[in-house]
Amino acid sequence: MSDATVPVQDATESRTRHVLRTTFASWPAKLSLVVLTLALACAIAPSLIAPRDAFLQDLSLRLLPPAWEPRGQALYWLGTDQLGRDTVARIIHGARITLLVSVLAVVVSAVIGIAAGLAAGFYRGLTDAIILRLIDMQLAFPLILLVIAVVAVVGPSLTNLVIVMGLSGWPRFARIVRGSVLTVRHLEFVDAARAIGASQFRMMAHHILPNIMSAIIVYASFEVARMILLEATLSFLGLGVQPPTPTWGGMISEGRRYVNQSWTVAIAPGIAIAAVILAFNILGDALRDALDPQLEDRT
Amino acid sequence: MTPLLEAIEIARHFPLAGKLFRRSTRAVKAVDGVSIALHAGETLGLVGESGCGKSTLGRLLARLDEPTGGTIRFEGQDIAGLDEAALKPFRRRTQIVFQNPYSSLNPRQTIGDTLIEPLLIHGIGDAASRLQRAHDLLDIVGLRREHFGRYPHQFSGGQRQRIGIARALALEPALIICDEPVSALDVSIQSQILNLLDDLQKRFGLAYLFISHDLRVIEHIADRVAVMYLGRIVEEAPVADIYARPRHPYTQALLAAVPVPDPARRQPEVVLEGNVPNPIDPPSGCHFHPRCPLAEARCRSEMPPLVTGAGGHKVRCWVNQAEDPVVRNAWQI
Repeated sequence: MSDATVPVQDATESRTRHVLRTTFASWPAKLSLVVLTLALACAIAPSLIAPRDAFLQDLSLRLLPPAWEPRGQALYWLGTDQLGRDTVARIIHGARITLLVSVLAVVVSAVIGIAAGLAAGFYRGLTDAIILRLIDMQLAFPLILLVIAVVAVVGPSLTNLVIVMGLSGWPRFARIVRGSVLTVRHLEFVDAARAIGASQFRMMAHHILPNIMSAIIVYASFEVARMILLEATLSFLGLGVQPPTPTWGGMISEGRRYVNQSWTVAIAPGIAIAAVILAFNILGDALRDALDPQLEDRT
Repeated sequence: MTPLLEAIEIARHFPLAGKLFRRSTRAVKAVDGVSIALHAGETLGLVGESGCGKSTLGRLLARLDEPTGGTIRFEGQDIAGLDEAALKPFRRRTQIVFQNPYSSLNPRQTIGDTLIEPLLIHGIGDAASRLQRAHDLLDIVGLRREHFGRYPHQFSGGQRQRIGIARALALEPALIICDEPVSALDVSIQSQILNLLDDLQKRFGLAYLFISHDLRVIEHIADRVAVMYLGRIVEEAPVADIYARPRHPYTQALLAAVPVPDPARRQPEVVLEGNVPNPIDPPSGCHFHPRCPLAEARCRSEMPPLVTGAGGHKVRCWVNQAEDPVVRNAWQI
């Protein structure tokens, strides 16, 4: 039996560079990066990108079909909505609020969920029982009812929306994290960390968390998608971001009534949501693989 | 001479889950009243079947688990009930090497970080001296310095076990608990690791508690051997003595089952029948009596005490008592 090792990658390459390089190695990942960069650009500077004002109404041009259809007008590529506002401009403006709200909501639920899941899985016993009951309680309670109640009390501001949506997501995060912690915490390297005198915080932060990070990243990418849809639902119920501020979910719920006259009003923002969600999921997968040192040699 | 490590009547009972709102009074007695002493620089071998509690005992002595009864003295100090903060000085003196070289290293941590971490936790040296120490540790266990920045999956099982040993050595301990450190390895690698452990003991004056189910490994490395059955020590003696004159029928059975590389010598066809009894409801009297061919009426009702005979040979048996000059062998070998 030889004690030979497997050859490794060039040691001069830094860890971060290596992760980035392997993440974007495949073409779907590259395409996803393009989609997300585009969405991010729209979110940062919509006025620079949009062809015209997203709030300008012109009732003489209401419900125009897209430019390539017979009644379409060349300047309005994707037509207009029921108030004559340009759909392209509204999608570009909508990226800002949609992405901001959903990403921040995921951050909120991840922070709470990871902390609760780590504590439950690591300490077990009473801590675990209490956290599990809290999770069950919240999951048993109808989400929409909860949101209606909270928004009715505090008012539908952007901050409140982020907090409420973030709070709605933590139990699922906590369950995923707790489950992963349970599989990792009995491995011998965690005992070894205890044996060398590591504090409980160090065991969690240095030994358990890095080994469950891939599950968290992948779940977070799905969660962003879910939050985009939740925002759409809330906008539909009038509890989300208030008009005239455009959001993709809000556009779908407004446009669905006019789908017979002009299909692009509802479908175009739907395609934007689908593209961004898909991009998040593909990048989540790629990042998980890149973060796993055991897969490094195979790429 | 006071022993380095002394356990007095330690126990670890795992309570069984009770019914709703009712606490169970039943428990798995994984370790049930074990007393053991280990001197500096000595190797104590601990053998037994799987499920006899030997790994639990190792974890208790490394204080990875808290005993439910008894006292553990390390260098004179009782460490059985101490909390993690108070255990920190003990952590520097006692380390553990695990059985599975694949799960005992953090897959997200480079070898260098793994070796530096103990020094960092205990605030030993500055960054440069810690780096130097990690390089030295790689030398000591026979790895190369290029291995410093690599991840565990890039190594073979034997190399990983060397890394595990290097991590255990980082804090310059007096005692290393080796929990089946070679049972997951190929035979040829086993001997390399055993020789490494031997060398390290001579070089640093280490004491080992060497847990194994492999009697040949134990014979090679141990100074004294303790045999465990169902949570208790049934026999303990210097290695030459126990291999030449085993007194407890269980030890005799274990030794009879070791294959001998001699085609002329016939192996007994059946040595030990049945399985280890359920540790929730251990048999009355001597726990071994249902499987023992020598069992008498007394064995079924009364637990024999662990009695010390000549040459420090301790045995827990009514039939082959420690002082008795005649030893009956249960399997006529």
